[in-house]
Parts: sequence; structure tokens; C-alpha cells
Amino acid sequence: MTPQIQVALKNALRTGVILFVFALIGTAMLAFTHDRTEPVITRGQLAEKRALLSQVLPAALYDNDLLASQQSVAPDDLLGTRQASALWLARRGGVFSGVVMEAVAPDGYSGDIALLIGIDANGNVTGVRVTAHRETPGLGDYVDRAKSAWIDQFSGKSLTNPDSGHWKVAKDGGAFDARAGATITPRAVIKAVKSALDYFAQHRAAFAAPIRGQAPAWKETDA
Amino acid sequence: MMTMNEFRSLFHNGLIKQNTGLVQLLGLCPLLAISNNIVNALSLGLATTLVMAASSGAVSGVRNFVPHEIRIPVFVLIIAALVTVIDLAMNAFVHPLYLVLGIFIPLITTNCIVLARADAFAAKNHPLHSVVDAIAMGLGLTLVLLILGAIRELAGQGTLFSGIDLVFGKAAKSFVLHVLPNYHGFLLAILPPGAFIALGLLIAANNWYKVRTVQRARTTVPVAA
Repeated sequence: MTPQIQVALKNALRTGVILFVFALIGTAMLAFTHDRTEPVITRGQLAEKRALLSQVLPAALYDNDLLASQQSVAPDDLLGTRQASALWLARRGGVFSGVVMEAVAPDGYSGDIALLIGIDANGNVTGVRVTAHRETPGLGDYVDRAKSAWIDQFSGKSLTNPDSGHWKVAKDGGAFDARAGATITPRAVIKAVKSALDYFAQHRAAFAAPIRGQAPAWKETDA
Repeated sequence: MMTMNEFRSLFHNGLIKQNTGLVQLLGLCPLLAISNNIVNALSLGLATTLVMAASSGAVSGVRNFVPHEIRIPVFVLIIAALVTVIDLAMNAFVHPLYLVLGIFIPLITTNCIVLARADAFAAKNHPLHSVVDAIAMGLGLTLVLLILGAIRELAGQGTLFSGIDLVFGKAAKSFVLHVLPNYHGFLLAILPPGAFIALGLLIAANNWYKVRTVQRARTTVPVAA
């Protein structure tokens, strides 16, 4: 080996080792922080999810751990979903009392509007929240609960109240208000909530059935 | 240690002469994305300042151990690790604030001004100077963000400080100033093109002011002589 190559090799090795040491320190820092923060973050996320669910389904309606009841359902046209979505089954005293479903309004002004819809066992909407959207700020975004209370008018509505001909904005002869100049967004949301109610009507029997692999709470099993 | 003059010149440099938003034109991606109202703008500005101060201090502290050829990867590593640590810590310990700023924190990594200051200043200077320089640069960016946010919010929705309740809780809702009552909004100002137009006008105003100052100096010198 010529002396130049030896020097070059030595240099490369030296910089490599230094880079390695920095990578090691950085990784150690991240690992330490992650280790310290992860339980707190997970707890925070669960609390957040629980708070969101309780916004669409009153806590008085159930006594089971709603988060633990999460089920995955296949994509469905009525839910507007193209991928598997989640739903949560509420029970009180072991009896089916309501459901929270993820749904999508695919025909918003700028694409999908993600919704969380709560429905009680009798098929009445208990609450709706927009969880993600790209509607125009200041125009169509009033469907977001953080911007206005518009979305509250779904509470207590069902497939018979109003009847199916009136699940529209007032401008189209329906029962729901909408702001002038921004009717595409509310139309999409109203349609999605109506479809979710149709989905609920089709699947209510399955929701109310005892959870698979788990004995109903009112029937103790002898081991 | 640091003299008052050095301190002042670093701040003059960061806030005016080398202002990242108006002169260096660095870090425009987050600048344009987040400046649609004052609260967002101020939050991103302060978060960026915090990250810059931390990363410049760290880079300056290790500057004598880093060979020239691999300084950029090492600096990127330091900045990315620091941003992630701050992101995780905020998520865990100041969660309400994180809900507001959360989206901006990873965005800060995309801000080339952080790396630019690390390489152009912190890699050659004492840690104390580097931290002061980073804070000055960060505040310069915050200032531009604040002006942009105010212009866009005022033109776009006729208010100032909307969304402040997200930072200070529900009680702060009354801080929102409805400067133009019954204003129907000017959507363009809130959408991304509004950011480009407003920033363009700001840069133009800044350049006009600079040119005018130079011309005045020129015209007054012969008279005095």
C-alpha cells in the first residue's frame, strides 16, 4: 500500500467512527425520550379517543369499556368507506345500547369528509362529528364542530324523523339548515349520515347479538 | 463572553439585515403554509425559535469534534434528534399545547433555515453567540410570520387572534378581535395563493424601503460635501 492510500483509509475510518458515535448518541437520546414519554403519550391518546367517542354517544348510555369494544368492518358503500373502518359497540348491563361508527362522506367539495356517528339502540342519532376534512376555510368548514354548532342538528334524528324524503338541506326541500353559498358540504354530510342510518338498520341484529367468544354478562358460565 | 455591541449586531442581523423570511428567503414552506392567521403564525414562529436555539447550541458545542467532510450529516442528525425529542416531550407533558402546535413541530425539520444557521454560524462560533444568533434569526422569522398572519387573517376573515382559545383555553375566546364586523371574507387571502401574494408585497415593501434609504444617503452626501 502506498502511503497516500494508507492516509486516505485512516481518514475514512476516522470520520466513519465519528459519524457512528454521533449516530449512537442520537439514537440513545431518542430511545431514552421515547421510553420516558411513551406511556404518557399512549394514555393521552386513549383519553382523547374516549373523549371523542363520548361526544357522539352520551356516556350515560353504556357501562362497558367502549374503546375495548372496537371492531373492524369491511368497506361498505353505505359507510362510504374504501378501506376497513372501525366501529364501537356500546352495552349497558350487557344489553346492546348503541354504536359509534366511522363513516366517510365521499362527495365533499374537496374530497372525503371523515365522520364519527353515534346511534342509539333505537336508531336515533346521538351525535355526529367531522374528524377530518379539506373543505374551504370560512365557507364549507362550518360542519366542523370547532367552527359552528351546525352538526348538532342531527341529534335525535332517525330514518323516520324526518322521513327519507326530507334528509336534504332546506334549499332542496329537506329538513336541515345550510348556509347560503355553501350547500355542497352539508349535502354530503347529510347524505352520509342518512346512509350510516341505513347501514345501522341493516346490521342492527348483528350489533345486538352477544359478542363472539364472550359469554353475555347476564349469564355466568361455570368453569 | 459577549459585549453589548456584539449582542446588538446579532439581533440587528437576525431581525432586519439577514431576515430569513424577507432577505434570505429561507424556510418558505412552513412560512407560507401556516401564516393564515396570527395564532398559527406566532405558534410556529416560537416553536421554530426554540428548535433553532437548541440545535445551534448543540451544534456549536460539538463543532470542534466534527470533521469538515461529514459536518452536514452530523448537523442533520443533531437537528432531527432534537426535533423528535421536543416533539415527544411536548406530546407527553404539555398535551393541550401539543394539540395546537403538534402539526408544526415535524414541519420545523423541513425548515432549511435551521440547518443553514447551524452550518453558516453555529459551526464557527462560540455556543453563547450561536444561541443568541439562532434566537435572533428565529424572532426575525416570527416577526415576518406575524405580519403575514395578521394581513391574511384581516383580509381573509376580518378578525385578529381567532383560534386563540385553542392556546389559552375557552376563556380566551373573548380575545378574538372582530375588526371588520359583518365582513364576508376574502377567501383568496386564506388559501395558499394569498400567502405568496402577501409575502411578495412584504418583500417588495422591504426592498423599496432599502433602496430609498440608499438613494437618500447618496443624494444627501454631495450636498453635505
